[in-house]
Amino acid sequence: MLKRTITLAAGAAMLATTAMAADPVKIGFVTTLSKGPAVLGRDMRDAADLAMEHIGARMGGRDVEIIYKDDEINPGIGKKVTDELVQKDRVDFVTGYIWSHVLLASYKSVIGNGPMLISANAGPSQIAGELCNEDFFSTSWQNDQTPEAMGEVLNQLGIKSIYVMAPNYAAGKNMVAGVERTYKGEILGKDFTKWPDQIDFSAELAKARAAKPGAVFVFYPGGAGVQFLKQYAQAGLKETIPLYTVFTVDAISLPVVKDLAVGSLATQMWSPDLDNAANKKFVDGFKAKYGRFPSFYAAQSYDAIMLIKAGVDAVNGDTANKAGMRAAMKKADFGSVRGDFTYGNNNFPIQNFYLREAIQNDAGEYTVKTVKTVFTAYQDSYHSKCPMQ
Amino acid sequence: MNWILLIEQTLNGLQLGLLLFLLAAGLTLVFGIMDLVNLAHGSLYMVGAYFAATFTAWTGSFVYAVVLTLPATLLVGAVVEIVCLRSLYDRDHLDQVLATFGLILFFNELVRLVWGPAGLSVPLPEFLSSSLELAPGLIYPSYRLAIIIASLLAAFFLYWLVARTRIGMLIRAGASNREMVGALGVNIRFLFTIVFGLGAALAGLAGLMAAPISTVEIGMGENVLILAFVVIVIGGIGSIRGAFVSALLIGLIDTVGRAFLPDVIGGFFDDEFADAAAPALASMSIYLLMAVILAFRPEGLFSARNG
Repeated sequence: MLKRTITLAAGAAMLATTAMAADPVKIGFVTTLSKGPAVLGRDMRDAADLAMEHIGARMGGRDVEIIYKDDEINPGIGKKVTDELVQKDRVDFVTGYIWSHVLLASYKSVIGNGPMLISANAGPSQIAGELCNEDFFSTSWQNDQTPEAMGEVLNQLGIKSIYVMAPNYAAGKNMVAGVERTYKGEILGKDFTKWPDQIDFSAELAKARAAKPGAVFVFYPGGAGVQFLKQYAQAGLKETIPLYTVFTVDAISLPVVKDLAVGSLATQMWSPDLDNAANKKFVDGFKAKYGRFPSFYAAQSYDAIMLIKAGVDAVNGDTANKAGMRAAMKKADFGSVRGDFTYGNNNFPIQNFYLREAIQNDAGEYTVKTVKTVFTAYQDSYHSKCPMQ
Repeated sequence: MNWILLIEQTLNGLQLGLLLFLLAAGLTLVFGIMDLVNLAHGSLYMVGAYFAATFTAWTGSFVYAVVLTLPATLLVGAVVEIVCLRSLYDRDHLDQVLATFGLILFFNELVRLVWGPAGLSVPLPEFLSSSLELAPGLIYPSYRLAIIIASLLAAFFLYWLVARTRIGMLIRAGASNREMVGALGVNIRFLFTIVFGLGAALAGLAGLMAAPISTVEIGMGENVLILAFVVIVIGGIGSIRGAFVSALLIGLIDTVGRAFLPDVIGGFFDDEFADAAAPALASMSIYLLMAVILAFRPEGLFSARNG
């Protein structure tokens, strides 16, 4: 009899744990999984899957489930799938977001409706400034910061004049504003090209050549970067005018353009060769699982899952305790692949920025190596506009 | 005014216009002769680019890839026509739009399955990957010059085919009166397959020439297709001559707009306004042109009757 009761009790206990386990922490992940930039979305999804593998798909004693959604690089669709995640799937966190205009369109669908929002890439100035919120965190950067670092590099190199090109959307404007803020030389001309459908830069490159600048600075993420680098070389500009980029030469474009990009310099807050334990585990794990180098999109997505884990762990899986999760996430002590950093008042990282050079390594692979640190513990320029203290 | 820059931009406009012509010529032939709205024309452009990338990788030579890609896209076009478009000729345009839109999705997924989501790159032979000095100070990429020459050759070939051969006579007759051509005992089904295959090969040629400039990627045909539709609407549907004139017009206006509008607007207004307005106006310019032409000549610059 006693034995039977114990069996029953054990069975009931098992049932109870199954019930707990069947109620996982839900993370919505919005990225681009179709069209040209699908390759960026794939990198982010692969990194999030790797992070799940590394944490055994558990946070704070609960199972974790990621629901991936495709924004088709379209703000309207991004907002629609975000609404679905928040209202239908009742997720606890929403993360991902490559594109600033998609994040801006989706922002109000998450903030104030329960879930917390973690941007794994986009960093529009508005969210760093007046729109900042305690439920928003970034594991990337504010858009202006990386070009600000590049502006400083151009100063250090003593380049007297530059020509600027970027796509005509929220992030493109931020990138140009960023380089204009720190660069002290003369800007001879700038072109904002139609985004995302302009793929032929012949007219702009002809103008850049005619302006005779000391260097060309561009921001062309994803496939557009590949097109730009090829056309830059075909126009014969690669030999005559040095090219400096942000978010253009990365693990996505390098294997495609190969030698056309080797030697080009870019700034970034992360690099696959940064020497810390978390980064080693991430880069080695990624290469072993997928057979290619991770991009910064992947690094930031991996960090986003780890940041969420830090929050959920701190409250032992009680995701209703948002104050506890916010406090734990704000500490930024989850072991980021970029090394140590802190969060500013607007929940954007205060972090280092490095200069990276595209190389072909001894194994014949195309990748980047860190040249030097440009900024140490660098904060964005919009944090003073954020009402949070 | 900097004359060298102006000439360079005109060449750029010419090159874009000729590339658009190759795409629009197939579209306008199919629409004018077969009365079929083919949204999947951009997919054939994409398939041409993927073939070029694959054949370049196999044979190690871009030149061989060109020779192999043209018949391959012609074959794909003929198969698509025989398998799925044949039953659509008697349906109305909405059914055709629906079916060919389905073909776009089909081709995009097929390409994803076969080649994966990452873009491909087509390396150029050494003699095409540099630039030439055409005149003192006028440096132009040799590959873009090759595009201009190849497109002009294709245009001449098309002119010869349509105006000087028996099959061209049937194509022109088909554009004027399809039923009568059928009644005269011409195998109109076979003629349609030939026309569609020819259109596909032209789209494939445009795709393979665009491949080394841009990335070969999924959905690459969709943006270009919109421009190609603008071309045939301005040129007059069914008219190859109209497509040629309007493609060059659009290529030049688009390039000149992108190149000089920011300076022109910057001369009248302050910098911040010019930064915001110039790219918007430049990307609108060809649609403005289309609206103006449609207002004065709703049938387009050349109608198919005299084209």
